Amino acid sequence: MLRYTVLRVLGAIPTLLLVIVLAFLMVHAAPGGPFDDERVLPPEIEANIAKKYHLDEPLHRQFLRYLGGVVQGDLGPSYSYRDHTVSELIGGALPLSLHLGALAMLLSLIVGVTAGTAAALRKNTVLDRTVMALAMTGISIPVFVVAPVLVLVLAVYLQWLPAGWSGNAGGARYLLPVVSLALPQIAYIARLTRASMIDVLASDFIRTARAQGLGTIAIVRYHALKPAMLPVLSYMGPAVAAILTGSVVVEEIFGIPGLGQLFVRGALNRDYTLVLGIVIFYATLIILLNLLVDILYAVIDPRVRQR
Amino acid sequence: MNISRNVLIALATFAIVAIALYSYEDVEDSAAANSTLNRGLSTDPESLDPHKMRSVQAGEVLRDIGEGLAGYTATGELIPAAADGWTISDDGLTYTFNIRSDARWSNADAVTASHFVFSLRRLVDPATAAFNAHLIADIENASAISSGEMEPSALAVEAKDDQTLIIRLSRPTPYFLALLTYPSTFPVNPDSLAEHGDSFTRPGNLLSNGAYKLDSWQPGSMLRLSRNEEYWNNAATAIDAVNYHVLTQPMTELNRYRAGELHITAIVPPESFKRIREDRPDELHVASYLGVYYYGYNLSKPMFGDSLQLRQALSMAIDRDVLVEKITGRGEAPAYSWVPAGVDNYEPRRFNYADLNQDERNAGARRLYREAGYSAANPAQFELRYNTSDTQQRIALAVQSMWREVLGAEVTLVNEEFQVLLSNMREAEVTQVFRSSWIGDYNDAHTFLSILQGGNPANMPRYASDEYDELMLAAAEQTDPKLRRVYLEEAERVLLADHPVIPLYFYVSKHLVSLQVSGWGDNVLDYHYSQHLSLATD
Repeated sequence: MLRYTVLRVLGAIPTLLLVIVLAFLMVHAAPGGPFDDERVLPPEIEANIAKKYHLDEPLHRQFLRYLGGVVQGDLGPSYSYRDHTVSELIGGALPLSLHLGALAMLLSLIVGVTAGTAAALRKNTVLDRTVMALAMTGISIPVFVVAPVLVLVLAVYLQWLPAGWSGNAGGARYLLPVVSLALPQIAYIARLTRASMIDVLASDFIRTARAQGLGTIAIVRYHALKPAMLPVLSYMGPAVAAILTGSVVVEEIFGIPGLGQLFVRGALNRDYTLVLGIVIFYATLIILLNLLVDILYAVIDPRVRQR
Repeated sequence: MNISRNVLIALATFAIVAIALYSYEDVEDSAAANSTLNRGLSTDPESLDPHKMRSVQAGEVLRDIGEGLAGYTATGELIPAAADGWTISDDGLTYTFNIRSDARWSNADAVTASHFVFSLRRLVDPATAAFNAHLIADIENASAISSGEMEPSALAVEAKDDQTLIIRLSRPTPYFLALLTYPSTFPVNPDSLAEHGDSFTRPGNLLSNGAYKLDSWQPGSMLRLSRNEEYWNNAATAIDAVNYHVLTQPMTELNRYRAGELHITAIVPPESFKRIREDRPDELHVASYLGVYYYGYNLSKPMFGDSLQLRQALSMAIDRDVLVEKITGRGEAPAYSWVPAGVDNYEPRRFNYADLNQDERNAGARRLYREAGYSAANPAQFELRYNTSDTQQRIALAVQSMWREVLGAEVTLVNEEFQVLLSNMREAEVTQVFRSSWIGDYNDAHTFLSILQGGNPANMPRYASDEYDELMLAAAEQTDPKLRRVYLEEAERVLLADHPVIPLYFYVSKHLVSLQVSGWGDNVLDYHYSQHLSLATD
């Protein structure tokens, strides 16, 4: 088992290295540099800056220098936040992004599954059609439309909720971003739940349960829900990805200092180290998740270990 | 098989998320609303180290937490700040400052002349790699130090005693005092720098000599400042705390203002401007600003470099009134000169066609266009480059159609990401006509005129005129401000006659300022020190 784990971890290293090389080449291939501006500097000052940030070295030297730092866990100084290191910036932004993402995921599961089940139980009724129409709307309208409309109605006109993040305390400021982030996922999950619930409810063992005199609620709860959840669970992977990318937009709109906002700013400012740092972070996260799954697989299924 | 794998991924994700939920603590708390000023800031400062800062936004924050030798009133008059007075020698070369005896850092240490010496040397030290080192290039030996030919200690800045600072210039610089209001010339505390190294600007480490000190900074979200009790003029500071909210989206900022969460916005989004002017006329502050929006010709291309007629024809055919009324619509002034109105000791020259009406200009433009050798059968064909943004696009479309309708020129629009456009402008290989702008660094015509001098790195059009350069040089050597002004104005006349650029309009600053705020003053530099403001409590 230990041998298997070690081999798998070693196998992940070339993947990560490849990601770093590609990302490094891509950010450096983008035209312009981190310190370009309309106010062009005198050449001697430009030279001083390039020297200080090692931008005057040939690309392979820069890469080796960077890689050397990464190996030691140092993602370098940020160019656009010159008082901070990249690790600090990611460390500061990550918990908030995860926090929002987790809440959005939780909300979409609870609301999506409930609405989908209700629709399946009342198939082809007004309730069903309403839920499905709402779900279709939720899927079709992008976050960057939904979020500002929510702000306008709930925060600006009605003033029930805060319009932004900074300077507002408490849970209320989570509400709009989390809802904006969750809405499309709620819609997907409701549709998935409805479809699979209808399938399951039509199967023989449910008919048997009914014949034994069980009520609808009991049938759903004890017999139908579990098998109906399988497609929803397998949708979790894409949902996590969707929430990650959606957070880039939502964080911009609400001014939430998370990873997404950091990434956008880094890319626009040609902040090489910041962009690379976030890419490496995401890549590591995904590799780790897969690794974890593979190892869990090996734990569950001994045959995997033999291969 | 497939399903259970995804289930495991989901479980692993949830495990991580659960840990994150557990570990994330809310760092923000609600501050007392009455004495706290909430200001919008359109991006994070890139640094609060005066020598690594560069942006307008960093300057905004630094003017609250630091203080230079000179400063401005709310309405933009230059006043003594960390120095309580100065004398200037008759030749205009030696400045002697008297540092306030009660000037203090936030740890109660005195601010001394030697701190300024240390900081100005650090500004030009190549090892610092300061972006704004060239601001003080007129101090003796500054340029030689920047280019590594001399030691930083050679800078002609001297602390005669704790209170007396002497600065020697290599040539008279009438705007030198204005430069000393710029945050790059603010002092840093040498002891703090020695103790904390690169992290001396962190909250908790940063020593400030201004009206406020830095309490916290969450990148992408907010900077919190609170009153610096040690500040020499603390008694005159009304507001206890200032929150700078980092809001990159103007619409987001506007929504927060309308929800009552901001007192001052950094900007007003163009699409909402008209409605705001009707709904909130008393809160809207529009003031002229030291900035010009222009199209430049790449004069290294013979098509433009060799044809004054074409350059002038294109300039004349643009109806600037349409641009500022129909497109930007925020009170911008149409530009017929290079230097904006409102600059101290200066009267901008104007294009020779400025007094004609647009029909007369169009007729003149058509005549010049024909003289340049173009016609309906042989139209001028070129590309206009601008950076991707809604406003730039609408202006480019309007200009494209004006050039087509008036002259028959066939213009291709090319929009590029800002960094790409900058890099193309610098290389001057593919550019023909490009969009750019210039924001003045200080209140003097020199900040605009100097960038078009030969060899200036910001001279994107590659304008090269001996006559212009000689006039600029003559102005630089002049100690008499009246004569200097004559030279500068003459230089602008030469410049405008050569048409290396098409100034389109002059910028305005635009803010929403809550009626609770008093002490606000509109000024051409768009500097608004929090220490001049106060909040009505309701």
